[in-house]
Amino acid sequence: MIDWAHFTPWSALAGGLVIGAAAALLLLLNGRIAGISGILGGLFRPMPGDTAWRIAFVVGLLFSPALYGLFARLPGATIEAGYPVLILAGLLVGAGTRYGSGCTSEHGVCGLSRLSPRSFAATGAFMAAGFATVFIIRHLPA
Amino acid sequence: MHSLSAFFVGVLFGAGLIVSGMTDPSKVIGFLDIAGFWDPSLGLVMGGAVSVGLIAFHVARRRTTAFLGGTLGRPAERQIDRRLILGSLVFGIGWGLAGFCPGPALVAFGAGYDKAVVFTIAMLAGMALFELAERFLNEGTR
Repeated sequence: MIDWAHFTPWSALAGGLVIGAAAALLLLLNGRIAGISGILGGLFRPMPGDTAWRIAFVVGLLFSPALYGLFARLPGATIEAGYPVLILAGLLVGAGTRYGSGCTSEHGVCGLSRLSPRSFAATGAFMAAGFATVFIIRHLPA
Repeated sequence: MHSLSAFFVGVLFGAGLIVSGMTDPSKVIGFLDIAGFWDPSLGLVMGGAVSVGLIAFHVARRRTTAFLGGTLGRPAERQIDRRLILGSLVFGIGWGLAGFCPGPALVAFGAGYDKAVVFTIAMLAGMALFELAERFLNEGTR
């Protein structure tokens, strides 16, 4: 059943186009894949001349809410998970994205845009695991 | 020059995530909850991003250098292997638990949410553990 009260098709589509534009710019200007886990992961294996752009990108992401807030009201965020769950989830996301060479941005956005079979498989896998996890948390009696 | 454009792209990428609503974990979990009231927004975010990405990667295919100089990186096409699927499944479980993937986590960190800070630190720890495990295992096979 579709949750019409929370479904935001136009802002979702608009935001998606901006994300796509950002990925396009990083690819064409810098020759890099806009994959957040790969950009972060590369900082753990520093190579000469390959670190500054990664830090600049991450700093840009961190500053984006402040800059966005100058022009429009920032939307809120509801984080339901408690701290122990967040720590476990963070460890899984960090290790999993590095082991699987990508997250939602490199496989889900860039990989699908390249029509990469690997990224279709990865996106199917993390979506399926996400669906299953939320199903277990929300719909199975504890 | 590469760092300046990376910073700008980071801000743009973050703004896209903010507009799309994906920096709110409850909205991501609303997408992953297909058995409950389903919020399809995340699907449109990916659709919007991929539609721009398809054009960008099509243009990139005809080039070997980036517009700001340097090589235009093209990920080596590899097999769909166990690492890819297992890593993506682990990532998906963490994603479903918290509603955060790496990009939105960094943006929510920048917006000052304590829980996003904790998640991000755990995520970086997960990436570091992966690096340590990789190095340890590679030593073993040498």
